[in-house]
Amino acid sequence: MTVLLDPTSERSPTIRPRLPRPERLDGLTIGILDIAKSRGDVFLHRLGERIAERGIAVKHYAKPTNTRVAPLPLRQQIAAEVNLVIEGLSD
Amino acid sequence: MAAGQFILAQRLTWRMAVADDLPQNGLVAVVKRDCPTCVLAAPVLGDLARNVGLTVYTQDDPSFPETVPGRIDDTGLDVSHRLKIEIVPTLIRFAAGREVARTYGWDRGEWQRLTGIAEFGRDLPDARPGCGARNVEPGVIERLKIRFNETGLSSRRIEIGEDEDEQEAMFARGWSDGLPLVPPTEERVLRMLDGTARDPQEVVGQVPPALAAATVEKIAINAVMAGCKPEYLPVVLAAVEAVLEESFAMHGVLATTMFVGPVVIVNGPVRRGIGMNAKGNALGQSNRANAAIGRALQLVIRNIGEGRPQEVDRATLGNPGKLTYCFAEDEEGSSWEPLSVERGLKPGQSAVTVFAGYGLQGIVDQKSRDPESLAKSFAGSLKALSNVKHAPSCDALLVVCPEHHRTFKNAGWSKARLYEELYRLCEIPGGELVAGARGIAEGGPQSLDGKIVNKFRPGGLMIVRAGGDAGMFSGIIAGWSAGGPRGSLPVTKEVRN
Repeated sequence: MTVLLDPTSERSPTIRPRLPRPERLDGLTIGILDIAKSRGDVFLHRLGERIAERGIAVKHYAKPTNTRVAPLPLRQQIAAEVNLVIEGLSD
Repeated sequence: MAAGQFILAQRLTWRMAVADDLPQNGLVAVVKRDCPTCVLAAPVLGDLARNVGLTVYTQDDPSFPETVPGRIDDTGLDVSHRLKIEIVPTLIRFAAGREVARTYGWDRGEWQRLTGIAEFGRDLPDARPGCGARNVEPGVIERLKIRFNETGLSSRRIEIGEDEDEQEAMFARGWSDGLPLVPPTEERVLRMLDGTARDPQEVVGQVPPALAAATVEKIAINAVMAGCKPEYLPVVLAAVEAVLEESFAMHGVLATTMFVGPVVIVNGPVRRGIGMNAKGNALGQSNRANAAIGRALQLVIRNIGEGRPQEVDRATLGNPGKLTYCFAEDEEGSSWEPLSVERGLKPGQSAVTVFAGYGLQGIVDQKSRDPESLAKSFAGSLKALSNVKHAPSCDALLVVCPEHHRTFKNAGWSKARLYEELYRLCEIPGGELVAGARGIAEGGPQSLDGKIVNKFRPGGLMIVRAGGDAGMFSGIIAGWSAGGPRGSLPVTKEVRN
């Protein structure tokens, strides 16, 4: 284990906090990522429809397999195109 | 028990155990095999162990000295550290648990006095100097201080997991300017602090925008990350002190949408002492000292002051010098007084001057052979800063290359003379500056028409000499449009050890 000395004013926690949740979804683009779990596509497709009905932009993505992390180009594409991501993590 | 408490408890237990190991009364010697004087004294150590009792601690080879069967392995150096051994062999007498006498190296008279025995070591020379002890070797002393909780460092410790990449961990915490950092371990920070005699907890100033306290220790941590050597630290400290002077207006320099950041110019003997570059590529990728000192200053602002781009730092474009912008003046061979002397320090004093500036505008003049022509060349380029329609405009730092300086030197022009000529040559008819004049909407009010306006406020120009010996290429580092008393003034600080 390496111990480093904090170079900062120590006003923030050492553990990186999660990004704050957006207060509103208006004007944002939501990515929906199907990780290729069984029937996840059905659930996510319906979820996408419900979100789109509220006038919010939706983009759909899919991982080739749930057994591996998403390929780098897909991760970069998602990061570049949307503000937040919803994914289904189980069957 | 939290991990930190456990480590502390372990250290305290360790310390007590070490203290308990030492004899209450009698003689103690600390030696190492890799010391010819210890090897020389080994027979005497054996005699003392047999005849009067001697506890021998060995620093490197537990089988040494063979003459003392009960020698104690101190390859962990705990006892040596607790006894503050600096030279081996060291011979110490204890009485009632307290040290009452100590000698080091081999000196028959001293050893006889300390042991109270009149006759030994007849076959040996009268005296031999000892060798440096292992526990004070660089790299070792720091580890021992950490193990015994003696660092005096007060910054929060951040544990990086074994499987975690240190660089990525630092990037993720936002500590980096975009380039890799040297991980600020306790050992490295301790070694960095060796570069100054100042108390690690001394507060150098409050760093904007957070107005958080910059202690010497916090600055040292950032200097480590920037790649500094310990001997650079006094220059970094002086630069931090300088930008935190109220007149420099560091908050404004940071928060402005304009391009500027602190430019650091170093004068005096420290330049050569730490190997700064004032010659070819002085403003370029240059060398470690130039790059690391300027970077350390920026990391202090980023990490202690929380001055980060797209947060309080609102620069529209910024400039590459906001990674690092630091160089030394080429004083050797100059006929002009150094910038620091011009600004009130004594010749021979090391100093930094900070200037809120950006970028570099080259002045290419390969034909002027007299100072009048060259000064006009300089002035023409200076008048274009910020916008040809702006005056008074920003301050400026003129970096005169050696070949251009030679022209002034040969003609007997002092720096004061060049200032005088440049201010005169930078006077502009106000009509040229009016908004819309010359087909450019930018510009000043109609009231300028008919007046003469100087491009620079009085004192708004600074001149230094730097650069490679070949090339008639000087440069201008433009300042902030809010230069001067209403914004940022250059600040000069002595470099103190």
